Parts: sequence; C-alpha cells; structure tokens
Amino acid sequence: MIDKADGSQRDFLNGDEAVAYGAKLCRPHVIPVYPITPQTIVVERISEFIANGHMEGEYIHVESEHSAMCAAMGASLVGARAFTATSSQGLAYMHEMLHYVSGSRFPIVMMNANRTLAAPWNIFGDQRDSLAQRDTGWIQVYVENAQEALDMIIQAYAIAENDGVYTPVMVNLDGYVNTHTYELVTIPAQSEVDEFLPPFKSKNAIDFDAPRSFCISASTEWNMEFRYQQYEAMNRAIPVIEETDKRFGEKFGRYYGGLVEEYRCEGAEVVLVGMGSVTGTARIVVDKLKDQGLKVGLVKLRFYRPFPSEYFKKLSARVKAIGIIDRDLSFGYEGAVASDIKAALLSSGVCPKVINYIAGIAGRDITKEHLEGMYQKLFNRIKGQDEPELQFIGMRW
Amino acid sequence: MAKPQIVKFKFPQCWNDMPLGPSAEAGILTESNAGWRVQRPVIDHGKCTKCLMCWVLCPEGVIDKEPEKLEIDMNYCKGCGLCAHECPKGAVTMIREGDFHDR
Amino acid sequence: MVNARKMTDTEYLYGHKACPGCGLGTIGRLTLKILGKRTIVTLPASCMSTVTTQYPQMNYTVPSLTMAFAGTGAVLTGMSAGLKAQGITDVNVLGFAGDGGTADIGLQALSGAVERGDDFIYICYDNEAYMNTGVQRSSLTPIGANTTNSPAGTASYGEKKPKKNLFEIMIAHRIPYAATASSAYPYDFMNKIEKLKGIKGPRFVHIMCPCPTGWGFASDRTVEIGKLAVETGLWYLAEYENGKVKMSQVPKTLKPVEEYLKGQRRFRHLTEENIKLIRENRDREWELIREKWFS
Repeated sequence: MIDKADGSQRDFLNGDEAVAYGAKLCRPHVIPVYPITPQTIVVERISEFIANGHMEGEYIHVESEHSAMCAAMGASLVGARAFTATSSQGLAYMHEMLHYVSGSRFPIVMMNANRTLAAPWNIFGDQRDSLAQRDTGWIQVYVENAQEALDMIIQAYAIAENDGVYTPVMVNLDGYVNTHTYELVTIPAQSEVDEFLPPFKSKNAIDFDAPRSFCISASTEWNMEFRYQQYEAMNRAIPVIEETDKRFGEKFGRYYGGLVEEYRCEGAEVVLVGMGSVTGTARIVVDKLKDQGLKVGLVKLRFYRPFPSEYFKKLSARVKAIGIIDRDLSFGYEGAVASDIKAALLSSGVCPKVINYIAGIAGRDITKEHLEGMYQKLFNRIKGQDEPELQFIGMRW
Repeated sequence: MAKPQIVKFKFPQCWNDMPLGPSAEAGILTESNAGWRVQRPVIDHGKCTKCLMCWVLCPEGVIDKEPEKLEIDMNYCKGCGLCAHECPKGAVTMIREGDFHDR
Repeated sequence: MVNARKMTDTEYLYGHKACPGCGLGTIGRLTLKILGKRTIVTLPASCMSTVTTQYPQMNYTVPSLTMAFAGTGAVLTGMSAGLKAQGITDVNVLGFAGDGGTADIGLQALSGAVERGDDFIYICYDNEAYMNTGVQRSSLTPIGANTTNSPAGTASYGEKKPKKNLFEIMIAHRIPYAATASSAYPYDFMNKIEKLKGIKGPRFVHIMCPCPTGWGFASDRTVEIGKLAVETGLWYLAEYENGKVKMSQVPKTLKPVEEYLKGQRRFRHLTEENIKLIRENRDREWELIREKWFS
C-alpha cells in the first residue's frame, strides 16, 4: 500500500478487494451479504474492515441471498444506504427480490461477480447470470478491470440515489478474470469521495410524521402507471450516468465514456462489441490489427441497462459490420446482447452485417487469436462470403 | 382523530402527482364497509357495565369507549356479532338490517 | 397488567377488508395500541396485507411495508440494522406474518433473523392454512382438517400431518422471548405484548387466529371456537423466557376433542376413527408438555 500526497492510496488489489474498498468509501449503513464464489473476497474484506474499526456499518450475516436483498430493502426503507454482493446461483435465488426492489424504487447498489449458472456446475465466469436478470429493472454496468470496479461502486450510488432515478444498480465483474486478478489500483481519499457522494437522504423512506404504506397492491386501474414511472426513471438515468461519469473524471481523473466507450473506432469498417474484461484483451488486438492497416475498432458496452440504443442507431451508419461478443446464450435464439443491439440497428433503417459470437462460457478463455479471428470473419462477411450469423468460439469440435 | 375517517381521495391527475414508487399515504379510508352488514349491534346501555370486552374483541375497532355511553361507528361495523356473543351482560343484541330505516 | 380503560382510543388499524369476525383485526389493533405509533409493520403476502394495503385505501396509520412472501424475517433484520446504523432508537420493528409465511416459506428467514439476535417483534397469526389464496393447507394445518388442496374424500380424511411445533423451534434457537397466544384470549395476548415490548432482541408470538371463512363457523363464534381449542388441549398458551417455559393457563381437565371439532365445517367429515387419531395425538402432545414444562 502506497500513500499518496493527495490522500489517495495505491495498492495491488484484485477486483473483489477493489469492490470492498469502493463499498467502504461509500459508507453504507447496512451490508447484508452472503458468500458465494467468486465474490467471497468482497464479503471477507468488508468484514475485516469492520472488525478492525476501519469501516462503520451494520454487517449482517444473512442466511441466504434472497434474505440479503430483503434485508437490503428493509435497510433502504428506513433511510439507510445498503450494499450487497452476490454471484450466479445467489443472484438467481434473489430474482424475486430484484423485481421487488426496483419496482419499489430503492437505490440499492449490488456488486455481482459474473459466474455461470448451474447445471452443470462451474464457478468460472460468464455473463449468463446477470443477463438473465435483464428485465428486473436494475441498472447494469459491466467493468473491465479492478480500477473501474472500485470507481463504479462509487458512481453507482451517485446514479442510484439521484432524485430523478431512484433505481437500483448492479455492478458486474467477470468472475475470476476480474474478481481474482491483481492489478494496481488507486484508492481515492475518503474525503474526496465524501465530496463526490454526499450522505444518503432518502426520498423513499419511512417518516413517522407522515406515515406511508410501502409496496402496496396496485390494481389493474393503476398498476401500469407505476410501471411507466419505473420506465421513465430508467430513461432519466441515461443523462445522469453520463453526467456522473464526467463529474467523476473531473474529480478523480478517470472518465470511462458514459454508457459506451469507443476504442479507436475512427474510420473503422468493422467493430467488435464486448462487455467486461474481454474489452481489455480486445484493445490489444485492435492496436495490432490497426498497425497492420486494418480498419477495425472496439465498442465497449458499459451499461447494458439502460440500453444505449441511440448510440447503436448512429453506429449503424458508420460501420459495415458489427461482431457482438455474448458471454451468454438465450437458448432457443441467440445471445442477449446481440438481440438488443440488432433491435436498435433495425430502427435506424441502415443495416450493417452482424455476427453474434458466443464465447467465454463458464470461464473459457477468449484469446487474442479468437478476437483476431472474429474480426477476420466480419471482413469475410463484408466481402460477401458465407459466415453464419451465430458462431460459437473456442469449441473443441 | 382517534379513528381514521373516510376521505374523498384525490387520485393523481398527471405524472407529477404520482408518488415516488408504489407507496401511499397511511391511514386513508376511501370506502365504507357498512354494505357488508346483514345485521347490526344495538347496545342496551341499561345493562352495559362498560367492562369493554366488546371494545377489546371487536376486529374492526368500531366501538368508541370515550363517550359516557359506548358508541359504534356504523360506517365500518361488519355485523360479525362477536360483541353480542361475548358480552358478559347480554347487553348487545344483533338486529337485522332490514329492520332499520336509516339507509 | 393491561387495562382496557387505560388503553388508547386511537385505532392504528381501521376499516380493513378482513372477513367479519376474523381474529386478525383484533390481533392487529391490540398489538399496535400497546406498541404505539413509532412502529413499522411488515406484512408478507397474506390475508393481513391483502386486506389492508389496496391502493389507495391504506388501513394502517403507522408506516407499513408489504413484503414478498418468504422474506419477512430478513426484512425485519434489515430495518433493525438500518435504524441502528443511523442511531434511530425507540422504534418497534414489527412483522405480522401468517402461518404459511412463517412456518413454510418464511421459516428460513425467521430462523436466520432469530439466530442473529436482531431487534424485532414477529407475530405469526395462525389461521391454520393459506387462507388468502383459498384455504390451502400449510404445515400448521391440524390433523383432519379439510382444505382445498388436502381435501377430505373417499380416499382421504384431509390433512394427515400434525401442526409443526413453531414454539419449540423458537425455543431451540434460545430466543429471548417466545409465546403462544390466541385471539380468543385477548388479555393474555395483550399482557404478553406489553411484556415483550421491553425486551431487546428477537421476540416471537404464535397466536391462533380462528378463521370463520376457512374453518367454517358463524362469524360471532370466533372467541368461542378459540377458547374450545385451548380447553380441549388442541392449542396451549405458554411463554418462554430466560430459558424456561411457563404455561399461561392449563385446563384442569381437557375437554373431549369432539367439542372443538364438531363446530367447524372443516372437520365435519371426520369419522370416529379419525377423531380417535386426533385425540391420541393430543394426548401424546400433552404427555410431552407435562413432562417438559410442568414444574
């Protein structure tokens, strides 16, 4: 650990530890959390911070993930800032509560370690778990590295607790590749984070002087209006996400591009779209291919919900082919990310060629060679060669 | 007010009127339960000793123990008959609604 | 000792849509009068939530949260921790859950919350079936009861299993305070609430709530039926505190079970053989009660 002059620190942390530091800096009142690989280090670090007096807050050893989200909701209801973390099976277990929390508009922040869902069992990373929760009304961001993980926990609270938003946020890290890989991370100073993220003053909490009933039953006559409000709130999150990232960049010197980051897309004919750690590898591939004179680029899709449909509509006019990397699969159709991107492209009226790459399932590595191959196939498509619209990458046979 | 009263609830007229999230002001009553009744309790105040057993047991809380003689909020009495059945002095009788002319 | 004359006139639960004669109204009203307005009520999916929180009519005058079915214990934990972390004191965190939401789907969350020792009051109002969804059996449905998914028929006499012993489950957790009660014995119940108000940590009350609609008796007989349950020994009133169980009332002799069973439509189909089963189960349970808890 190196202490810097401006009060920040620099240390060699893995993604889970970075999340733990991020959570610590946000001063949550209540941390109900249940351990599950590969999120366990988050759980352990936070409990160590508290046990050594470095962090205040009520740490709750809940007996299940469903209870973790219930407890987080109870805490938010009484005006407390709540943080929790989970992965895969745990995320699936609390599915009911994900809907419940977003519907009742509690600004809870949760870290999710992307890990595949059983069966068959596997503890390594893909994005099937969080993408299966696409429709639960949570804002979802996918980080590339440990630094972004720490930073996005802080930004997540700023986004969630924004007056016009009040929508819970899920910060996703790729299991093992992000969670367990050590990198140099800057831990901002507590005082700086306190300036960026003021104490939580909930607009959606109990008040004995003006008592309300929460999570009431709304009949057919009124229910759709409540839902529409949720929809509008998620839309209002879009400018808030952009503004929060800019503000973070100005204060801490790290700006991530808002909903989407483009890497060297100027003049690109083909681009790959990825979420999470794969974008880190893809940057290196883009650099190499561009040195060879190939017109390639990378689109790092950061926020999956709210979905940056306007960005993709505009992208459709700029490129000839888009390759979409899905670390998931909606059986009976295609990758979830591809479906959403294709829908956005359709409404633009201009249709580039699209290939959906199913890759990196259950921790299978997406190598530089795989990525080069993906770009090659996109070029093949433009040339009119036959390339299937959906391809599995890195299979045995 | 010891008991909430019926109010003419003002439903939201536009998006700005909607609450943040599905919550609503507590203690708002918008309709009466009187229509549930087929019989209503009548207290014989001569026999009533104000032991308050009816007040304790009433599932609706419609009995008012403040006045000298117990009063019943007929907007919310469902006519279950527990008060009559349990009164130790037999001071409460259930009379069929059809025998009243105040509706 | 609670005195009705001195109790507040304020009604914290009023105008709800419960069936006429239902014990839950009595239970809710009396509990809140004793706990007061600085109480947050949590209601999972149940009769209690359905009859009290239909937009825009809100029958609680204290803050309430309608909760997902399985999570009452966990949300009470979260509220309790959230209040503590903000230094907010003098608030009662109260959960009202039904038998299904406590002994079945809610048992894990309750057990976790009690084990953690969080500060809350949990009242399980037991109408012995999933009444809200149409009288389906729960693990607290008694032997012989006819429910819509354990119906009596030519090949079955209804519910075959005895009631799960929630009181003893709570005792096994060494909870600071647990009690059994009945809406038919309101003073016994109120005195228990008054006592547990001052205790820190998790406190649990399992209160029998006779259901005119689901059990099949006239709405004015709720107290009569509730009393018969205790007088026949098919329900008992007790407290657990400081490591000891104290019976609140013990009938000198247990009335014949038939007196309780015959007044309810849900038991109408029972044969002599079925009733014998119920009687033997009752006798066995009382043997154990006498052995364990009579000093």
